[in-house]
Amino acid sequence: MEEMPTKTEKSKIVSCFHCGENCDDEAIMCDEKNFCCTGCLTVYEVLNDNNLCDYYAIEASPGSNQKKKEIRDNRFDYLEDEDVINRLIDFKDDEQSHVTFSIPMIHCASCIWLLENLYKLEPGVTFSRVDFIKKKVQIKYLSKETSLKSIVKLLSHIGYEPRINLSDLGEEKSHKTNKKLIYQLAVAGFCFGNMMFFSLPEYFSETELLGNGFSHLFNYLNIILALPVVFYSATDYFRSAWIAIRNRSVNMDVPIALGIISLFSYSLFEIFISGQEGYLDTLGGLLFFLLVGKYYQQKTFDTLSFDRDYKAYFPIAITKMIKDREQVIPLTKLNVGDIIKVRNEELVPADSILLESEASIDYSFVTGEEIPIPVKKGELIYAGGRQKGAAITLAVQKSPSQGYLTDLWNNEAFSKDEQEDSLASMANRISGKFTFTVLLIAFGALLYWSFNDISLGVRAFTSVLIITCPCALAMSTPFTLGNVMRIFGKGGFYLKNTQVIEKLAGINTLVFDKTGTLTAPSKARVSYHGENLTEESKSMVKALVNFSVHPLSNSINQWSGNVKPVTLDNVEEIPGKGLQASYKSKSISLGSALFLGVGSIDKVNNIGNEVHLVIDGMHWGVFRIASSVREGIEKMVPELAKSYDIHLLSGDHNHEEDYLKQVLGENVSMHFQQSPKSKLAHIRRMENTGKHVLMVGDGLNDAGALKASEVGIAVTDNISHFSPASDAILDGKKLSYLPDYLDFAKTGRKIIKASFGLSFTYNAVGVFFAVQGLVSPVLCAILMPASSISVVLFTTIATNFQAYRKGLNDKEMILWK
Amino acid sequence: MEVIFVLIGISLVMAGGFLWLFFKAMKGGQFDDQHTPAIRILFDQKTKSKANKKTPKKKK
Repeated sequence: MEEMPTKTEKSKIVSCFHCGENCDDEAIMCDEKNFCCTGCLTVYEVLNDNNLCDYYAIEASPGSNQKKKEIRDNRFDYLEDEDVINRLIDFKDDEQSHVTFSIPMIHCASCIWLLENLYKLEPGVTFSRVDFIKKKVQIKYLSKETSLKSIVKLLSHIGYEPRINLSDLGEEKSHKTNKKLIYQLAVAGFCFGNMMFFSLPEYFSETELLGNGFSHLFNYLNIILALPVVFYSATDYFRSAWIAIRNRSVNMDVPIALGIISLFSYSLFEIFISGQEGYLDTLGGLLFFLLVGKYYQQKTFDTLSFDRDYKAYFPIAITKMIKDREQVIPLTKLNVGDIIKVRNEELVPADSILLESEASIDYSFVTGEEIPIPVKKGELIYAGGRQKGAAITLAVQKSPSQGYLTDLWNNEAFSKDEQEDSLASMANRISGKFTFTVLLIAFGALLYWSFNDISLGVRAFTSVLIITCPCALAMSTPFTLGNVMRIFGKGGFYLKNTQVIEKLAGINTLVFDKTGTLTAPSKARVSYHGENLTEESKSMVKALVNFSVHPLSNSINQWSGNVKPVTLDNVEEIPGKGLQASYKSKSISLGSALFLGVGSIDKVNNIGNEVHLVIDGMHWGVFRIASSVREGIEKMVPELAKSYDIHLLSGDHNHEEDYLKQVLGENVSMHFQQSPKSKLAHIRRMENTGKHVLMVGDGLNDAGALKASEVGIAVTDNISHFSPASDAILDGKKLSYLPDYLDFAKTGRKIIKASFGLSFTYNAVGVFFAVQGLVSPVLCAILMPASSISVVLFTTIATNFQAYRKGLNDKEMILWK
Repeated sequence: MEVIFVLIGISLVMAGGFLWLFFKAMKGGQFDDQHTPAIRILFDQKTKSKANKKTPKKKK
């Protein structure tokens, strides 16, 4: 620990001026302001020295807690490596460099203000701009005056450490596709508007007043305006339809493309040959509405990433030991056999053997279990573990991509192309039959009329194709699913895309991970066995655990409740082992059995975690800490078990089976001691027997299972934190609403079906006129937008009404802090 | 009535101009971030902070 903070005595709640954290116990005073730790104070001092205290005026206590920050100088040394720099920066010339950092800490207006005033702290920075939603900051700096490393250091110093990881070094993915859709939409909208303008006189026979010259002019202008619609805005439909036909199948885009072509060519025929007005305004409107629907469906959650692999989580540099000298090298240059040094809170990047006598490894990102595991000399530490405590040296056994855990990504489940199986969606299944029926009716009409009048037959044929163009059909799906996705997003359930909803509706088997998913890291069951604790000894225990940030200490702290802690002396924390202190004449220590030399040395982790209490050399008792399920789970699982097949996959031993059976009910089939690969294999087996599996997991060890399942949901307690690749991300606090979400996905499917019904009714009416050859531009101009708009209104109102009825709209918004 | 030919020309040019401006704005990144500028605009008023001149010292 650093210098002992000055303690202030007070009764009212004192919160840190910088981060707002409660700092009752040890507030540091400065400028009549309280700070919870020296870290927060340092940030304040830096800002104060540079007249940047407006930071605190914009929002109250805007900072982030600096307690756990490491202050090691050579941490960013890898940023001096030319290779690393070149991959990180976006642009560079002789004078300037541009770089974009992802800073998860950005959460309020003050953050934006401070980061955009970065030039006041570092004169070499010429420009900095924050994207609040994406939590990114773009910085331009003068290469001569400052370096990437010093900027990162500065950011880290003021509490905004950028997240730089291995995947940042890879290729940048662009979001160009989304922009193209907007351009297409803009063009369609522009042309549609102007075409309506020129077509309107036709509907009211105004052209006769204006004279025939105008009528022709208007028609030709319409053709010119229709060209960009057909040859630019509609290109995606043609492409998709062509691909489908080449694969000998029919998707939704086939009838759309057919409709566009017949509308366009028949209009050209009418204008040039018959001298009539054509249906070009209808064509423009159709494309415009279709693209609006497509755009609406493309809602994405920018801050969330649904395809992170282990690379997004591993550091990009590691300290390598070369003959007792430290050198920071990029992880990509790490070889088997290297000796590496891993410090407190750092990640072990590759499967390695421990060379130090002991280590304490936290595998929380891997398994979800946040209580560190002790490791002895010579034992293997898997990649993905985080060292807690003193620095350790390790001998690398496998390259970072070949480890026990990372090997998962070499599995075929990850190599198979993310083939968007949109063919499976309901709309596409229907469209096959739809197209067939339409063609049948069209040819029927052609044949029937051809006996008397060939030209009437052709007109009936094209009319059918024009009028049945499935605009309403094609719009019901995107609008319904887009709406459902927004409603889910409000409730803390974020989907990768709208196809997930249709898959969710077809799920019949649910698989849960245990640790971190069903059980909450912060909700532990603590029980005490041993001598009765007096008030005084309870106070001592409370005071002692207050000093530690170890998860077990936190659990005991919560268990001890509102006991007033005493003031202890000589507090010492031995990382990974325990705590000791003295109070008056007594000595008190808490820790593992091994550390205190008490209890059974039999160290099979079968009974969960134990913390022993020794006061004055006497063994008083033991705290047993076992995980406990999240709130609402004990209700949710039995309820789900009524309609779904439920499985539980856990990497742990089965010591908690009885408790889980009791909480989750007997209908859950449980599988323990599952390695990441056996989880994947388990899901595979179930999928192969024709089950539709939904996997709910959280750690990296579930990554394979999440990928292999039909729908993988990653549960996370902080949505801006790490979560493995998945189809959806669910806020941990909302897990108990899962049945509601599954239910609502099914409701969504029903709404789509109902709107299909609505659209078929319109089509039937249209076909009734079309087969008789009675379709006129006016009828088209009325029927087509009317059907589209009414379908859109119907789906929007129906989804929101259903969400309201099920109470999904009331669930409070998740704040981004 | 021939004036309508001129008016149609003008209206098309104007509408096309707006479309072009929209494209330009899109390319220039004006629509990339729709949230931060709304916050940023509030910063321009200088908030007077009281602690401006004090130097930090630790109180014992």
